[in-house]
Amino acid sequence: MKNPNLKRLRRSMMFLNCQKPSLIKDPYIYKPDCIILDLEDAVAHSEKDAARFSLYHALREIDYRGVERVVRINGLDTDLWEEDIRCAVAGGCDSIRISKTETAADVKKVEAAIIAAEKEFGRPEGSTLIMAALESAKGVLNSLEICQASERMFGIALSGGDYTKDLQTTISGTGVEFMGARQFMVMAARASGVQCFDTVYTNLNDMEGFRRDVETIHTMGFDGKSIINPRQIPIVHEIFTPKEKEIIFAEKVVREIDEKSAQGIGVFTVDGKMIDIAFYDGAKRTLALAKAAGVYKGDL
Amino acid sequence: MEIKKAAVAGTVESSDCMVTVEPGNGSIELDLSSAVIRQFGPQIRKVIYETLNRLEVNDVNIKVVDKGALDCTIKARIEAAVYRSNDTKKDIPWGGSIR
Repeated sequence: MKNPNLKRLRRSMMFLNCQKPSLIKDPYIYKPDCIILDLEDAVAHSEKDAARFSLYHALREIDYRGVERVVRINGLDTDLWEEDIRCAVAGGCDSIRISKTETAADVKKVEAAIIAAEKEFGRPEGSTLIMAALESAKGVLNSLEICQASERMFGIALSGGDYTKDLQTTISGTGVEFMGARQFMVMAARASGVQCFDTVYTNLNDMEGFRRDVETIHTMGFDGKSIINPRQIPIVHEIFTPKEKEIIFAEKVVREIDEKSAQGIGVFTVDGKMIDIAFYDGAKRTLALAKAAGVYKGDL
Repeated sequence: MEIKKAAVAGTVESSDCMVTVEPGNGSIELDLSSAVIRQFGPQIRKVIYETLNRLEVNDVNIKVVDKGALDCTIKARIEAAVYRSNDTKKDIPWGGSIR
């Protein structure tokens, strides 16, 4: 049976450093959709072992109140990632985020370690999902095979810092350096039925720039954004949650298409806009998203 | 587990605690300081002794400087210090003596 959390609402994914108990003890108060408990870049090399003990007990003992708990493991080019997976799976994390993913083989390697850990620690088979961070040109170009590498895969995420380094450019603040990767990744994700997440926006003093960035990726078709500070959550949720007007329109579209198709009518207008069957899935998706975000209580 | 050498884990930042372990003199010698010792002293001591007991550490000098850490953080820091004293970073018994 497929894990029911594959398609859950993931507008905001907030990074938290497992090295800092003060950060991982109560992030649920900010109501992100997901937290990414980081064992990788944020944790100093000398603290990797201690961060795992903190992670394990946090996963076991802190009630994160429905917030999805994703664990970012160390790269597959280190001698750390396998123990990271044992720790995270034993603790009962919801998902593993693979850093620096470049091929389907990377995903399969992690999947095999997760299966072994689920067995070792008596976790239900298939309970641990996977997401992949793409941080290089090669990873982005292999998006499609990465998306399709495992039934546990729920999404891919662009990791902008390493990606721009690999492209031999820098983060400009305009997003121009991410254009190709963003478009390519959204297409690969959609073609594979998985979700797609954007990179972090690191300038916390430029909330207007952040808002523009989130609007851009929302328009491009992304499902959510990685974030580094609770201040960024309300903006992401506002932009990624359907507005009342959109919900009312989507309801009308679904009802009208159901009614008109029963009457043998294919094309008609709703609020002055031409509508046909091509609008059906989009309207249904708007309603599902609104329902998951808690702003729609209807029955469609 | 045997405490093979002195080892430290944690910090004195808020919500954390710093744990130092050293080979003991045949028993557990605890030196605890905490800003909340009046309210939570007994509970903190209980967590420390239970954690050492699970790890089968009974010969140690242990110093804990608590800065308002949750129980789960106190456990994590003690375990990290004990495993560091053995230079062990892999094949940790998650769900066994670590729980």
